[in-house]
Amino acid sequence: MLSQERAPIYEALKEFEKKRVVPFDVPGHKRGRGNPELAALLGERCVRMDVNSMKPLDNLCHPVSVIRDAEELAAQAFGAAHAFLMVGGTTSAVQAMILSAAKRGDKIILPRNVHRSVMGAMVLCGAVPVYVDPACDERLGIPLGMRLDDVKAAVKEHPDAKAVLVNNPTYYGICSDICSIVQLAHENGMLCLADEAHGTHFYFGEGLPVPAMAAGADLAAVSMHKSGGSLTQSSLLLAGPRMSEGHVRQIINLTQTTSGSYLLLSSLDISRRNLALRGRESFKKVLGMARYARGEINAVGGYDAFSRELINGDSVFDFDETKLSVHTLDIGLAGIEVYDLLRDEYDIQIEFGDLGNILAYLSIGDRALDLERLVGALAEIKRRYAKDRAKAGLMVQEYIEPRVAVSPQEAFYADKEMLPLEKTEGRICSEFVMCYPPGIPILAPGEEITRDILDYIVYAKAKGCSMTGPEDPDILRLNVLRM
Amino acid sequence: MEFWFSEEHTPNVKFSIRVDRQLYSGKSEFQRIDVFDSYEFGRFLVLDGYMMLTEKDEFIYHEMITHVPMAVHPKVQNVLVIGAGDGGVIRELVQYPEIQRIDMVEIDALVVEVCKKYLPQTACRFDDSRVHIHYEDGLKFVRTRENEYDLIIVDSTDPFGPGEGLFTKEFYGNCCKALREDGILINQHESPYYPEDAMACQRAHKNIVESFPISKVYQAHIPTYPSGHWLFGFASKKYHPLRNLDETRWNLRGLNCRYYTTTLHKGAFYIPAYVEELLKNVE
Repeated sequence: MLSQERAPIYEALKEFEKKRVVPFDVPGHKRGRGNPELAALLGERCVRMDVNSMKPLDNLCHPVSVIRDAEELAAQAFGAAHAFLMVGGTTSAVQAMILSAAKRGDKIILPRNVHRSVMGAMVLCGAVPVYVDPACDERLGIPLGMRLDDVKAAVKEHPDAKAVLVNNPTYYGICSDICSIVQLAHENGMLCLADEAHGTHFYFGEGLPVPAMAAGADLAAVSMHKSGGSLTQSSLLLAGPRMSEGHVRQIINLTQTTSGSYLLLSSLDISRRNLALRGRESFKKVLGMARYARGEINAVGGYDAFSRELINGDSVFDFDETKLSVHTLDIGLAGIEVYDLLRDEYDIQIEFGDLGNILAYLSIGDRALDLERLVGALAEIKRRYAKDRAKAGLMVQEYIEPRVAVSPQEAFYADKEMLPLEKTEGRICSEFVMCYPPGIPILAPGEEITRDILDYIVYAKAKGCSMTGPEDPDILRLNVLRM
Repeated sequence: MEFWFSEEHTPNVKFSIRVDRQLYSGKSEFQRIDVFDSYEFGRFLVLDGYMMLTEKDEFIYHEMITHVPMAVHPKVQNVLVIGAGDGGVIRELVQYPEIQRIDMVEIDALVVEVCKKYLPQTACRFDDSRVHIHYEDGLKFVRTRENEYDLIIVDSTDPFGPGEGLFTKEFYGNCCKALREDGILINQHESPYYPEDAMACQRAHKNIVESFPISKVYQAHIPTYPSGHWLFGFASKKYHPLRNLDETRWNLRGLNCRYYTTTLHKGAFYIPAYVEELLKNVE
């Protein structure tokens, strides 16, 4: 009987190490002997564990023994029908999720602020996006979640859509009403997919938002390497009972390596065990630390370490308190300025800074004394660098409903030409145009360029927003489809 | 039977003291604490395997970290001491009648308890009515204080483990804010000799220089510390450690010291050429 105390891949590796098998297979560094510099950097132990698929260690493409057991344990731990260990980052999990749900020409309903991996998957499979407006918080300048009524309207307008995708949560920790969205999707014969790149800990927390599997979602891409503690690039794809395990595995094998790294696989196995056995206790501590740090940062004055007070029952249905995000504009500094000061002056690296906010990522590896450093440094930054500058109102992005003319795939592979901005009206764009804040695409590949959009780009540029995406960094010209 | 305490000063250099017996061993939330009796150095305190003080030579460290600023600042009333769980700094400070209040911030209550029991030579004046002990993180404590202290003494452990935060730029910046406009900051500044210690020493100096207009370093010879050559930092917004030294005033106090004299005070700021260079590189 398998229990969560077990870690089958880890145990098999330990057994295998004891046998001192002579390697006449790949990898060619042969337990590190052929690459002493690498062995010195990573450690003998680590390179000795970098081995190939073989009978005692199973095979990721077609798992029948220890990897299968590890996947079963992961499924149990996360409350899923199946779990797939992924070694190509959460990007590969998101791609497998989209490719499992839709094929060429199928529609997927999704918020406009999806991760780029979702768009990449659409280019791969030829699905067509139906966008929902993520509401935007004007003061903070950040995109929020999908409003239920907006999803309802999209479902009504596109009853033939195959799936609805939800960020659970967004980078900033904001959750949509995933339970109601799952119900809505299922009632209309659609699947519900969740991008849980930032939500691994939801499965092991108290007082945290509901995880996708508990909400009844059909597939969820979970970044174990973010809050879960496994090695970078290792991830999980979770499936609910409606999904065929064999079909999803076939889809994964289309793009997944046939040389899955045992360093990544064992890190997933050990992390899952750790989360299952000690996750609740660990994330309780993380939550406690985040609450403490928020209180202390807010006590410094000027900073706004925002949290659950944003919850409005709709576009902010729930909030992940472990995401320590701080609004900085009231001390006269942009988030990105505070981000740079923390790194350059105080040797503190945080996750990101945007125009109005910074985000510090807290996880199971954090220590109270390091939090004191972060709070102390923020207090110092305020004392030394705060500017008395009139708060330049963050530009609020009005949502311009995109007109999807062709699929991202068609746009990606089509013949293109580059035209001056003014000459692009009515043409189909082949690239992204993003505007920070709040980082919601204005244009995505395959969308028609309208007068409204052109006016908006000119206005946003004049306002000093940072615009990214197009081949021409000054955004004087755009790539459009040849007629 | 031979029983030795050994500490690695570098991976290739070991310092050993022959031990008579172990008096205490325990683990707090923050560190492992040991107390031994030795033949050569008397009783000594060890934190996480690092020798902190011995009965025989602790006077050097405690006199130098305390009397140097006290001979410079004309009127010290409020003092903040960070670390110092062994009580040595407190013992020196309470000899000054003009001091009205001493806040001592030590993260580890068990260190104080153990020292009270086993090291009465240093932990002897905690009961002075001017002493207020706060068991919390020094970085956190100082963050909330503004324009309050005439003197801050940072008697920390090394810049790894619980003392890490006390060598950072945010800490020195917060100290600067907590001091009055003529306040002085003194810190134990590590050793300049072995490369790893020298790097910590240089980093600390860089961080202090960025926070204070006057930032000098002085030295002492402490037999049981790595290389025996130890530095202290003197940072201030106003007073220069030599130009503002008032020898007569201090000598009239008639304090009984075994290491510190006002003549040595002057000499201590003349540091070896290689140390000068080490520090100049980050100024």
